[in-house]
Amino acid sequence: MTLIDYLTAALLLAGAIFFFAGTVGLLRFPDVYTRLHALTKADNVGLGLMVVALAIQAESWTAVGKLLLIWLLVMLAGASVAHLVARGALRRGVRPWKQ
Amino acid sequence: MSIAHLYALVSVGLISLGLYALIVHAHLLRKILAINVMGSGIFLLLVALAQRTGTALPDPVPHAMVITGIVVAVSATALALTLMLKLSAQTGCAELPDKEDE
Amino acid sequence: METMMVAWMLDSLLGLGLLWLAWRCLACPNLFKAIVLFVAFGLLMALAWVRLEAPDVALAEAAIGAGLTGALLMVALAQLQSIETNGDAAGATEKEERGIRPLQWLLLIVLPLIATGLGYIILSFPPDAPGLSTAVATHLEASGVSNPVTAVLLNFRGYDTLLELIVLLLALLGVWSLGGTVPQQAATPAPLVLETLTRLLVPVLILTAAYLLWVGAHAPGGAFQAGSVLAAAGVLLLLIGRHPRAALMALPLRLILVLGPATFLVIAVVTMLIEDALLKLPPEHAGKLILLLETTAMLSIGATLAALFLGGRRHTDKEHS
Repeated sequence: MTLIDYLTAALLLAGAIFFFAGTVGLLRFPDVYTRLHALTKADNVGLGLMVVALAIQAESWTAVGKLLLIWLLVMLAGASVAHLVARGALRRGVRPWKQ
Repeated sequence: MSIAHLYALVSVGLISLGLYALIVHAHLLRKILAINVMGSGIFLLLVALAQRTGTALPDPVPHAMVITGIVVAVSATALALTLMLKLSAQTGCAELPDKEDE
Repeated sequence: METMMVAWMLDSLLGLGLLWLAWRCLACPNLFKAIVLFVAFGLLMALAWVRLEAPDVALAEAAIGAGLTGALLMVALAQLQSIETNGDAAGATEKEERGIRPLQWLLLIVLPLIATGLGYIILSFPPDAPGLSTAVATHLEASGVSNPVTAVLLNFRGYDTLLELIVLLLALLGVWSLGGTVPQQAATPAPLVLETLTRLLVPVLILTAAYLLWVGAHAPGGAFQAGSVLAAAGVLLLLIGRHPRAALMALPLRLILVLGPATFLVIAVVTMLIEDALLKLPPEHAGKLILLLETTAMLSIGATLAALFLGGRRHTDKEHS
């Protein structure tokens, strides 16, 4: 294993931890808004770390470009869908959670 | 036992689950979901068995059949959903009449 | 050895996940939840296709099984609920379960027997069965493309694809002839974010469809995947209320719908006259003919799937106005 491989492994692991945190948040947080908060933020960072991990292994610049495009599109879709879900919940009268 | 067999056994589980739900549930939307699950199980069976070529490359013919099947399944689902909506608009109920109830 | 272990663990988890999602999807009492679980099931299926080295199928499943079917089911559920609120009937809610009926007991005994039988048969299949893969590999040179799945779909078994396009058309005719079921609701303006997202995504989706069509010749992709991506763009446009004008719905839409099957039929007849066999593409022109067939098929598949999503609603609109 070269240095690049170790770096990839470390980044993948870090990405997996973010995904794990986001999923725990999705399962454990009290209402739809806090769950969205946990899910979208943690998953975007997790995916970003994984994209970087794969990009440094890529054989060509086009592959790097495709990976970055995937990340951008997922962030765009994730942010928009999170907004739409929260908006839908608010319109249906789901109150934000207060302790 | 290989990975192909593992997925083939999963597909048997999916087919059984789908068949059970198809017969037991009265609501038509649930029946449509059940048919789709059964269909996915059958596709999975075809593709899993296509792996047994003994070489690195699986058999492309079942793959092509499954792609065709997926597109046919979605069009059949659309038709079934329209039929269900038509029935519920006319009878007010998206379930098939039960003989025992009559 | 260790990588084998990891692969087995991953595949077992995926298999269990599929079974669990299918069970929850079919058993949970809330229909909305069931549809969401079905979409999740479709996404896991796409992963399973990748594990089974079927990337072409994975692309089709991700676009159709997880995307389009989910959208169709959601719209149908929303319409069921609006039927329920308009009338006094309970269309969208399931009746109370009436305990375990005798039929269920019978099924619980018979189904495990069937499943065991099927499983036994599958495990007793010979581990090595090349099937038609060697035949495909030997004739791949003459097919005009280097992706074996595209070669099978458009050349070796082109008649399957021809018949499939006709099945799609028939399904749409069925939906159209059933007409609309729900009166058009007062259109509320789409959320701004959805509108912006759609405007950004539609060009990307069209580009993706063209890319998928082009790479289908030598890599995973092809007319079906490209057509479903186009249909997804159409569904997004319909969701933000960009309904096509009535004039566009009449003749141009119908022309696009029949373009794919018609091109297929013309090539089928011509090849039958020249080459003495239905859809036997001459090797020297096969590449170009496949590109032509795939482009027209993609347009027709995209238009048909989007029209299926639109359903009969627009149709009744026109009759009423």
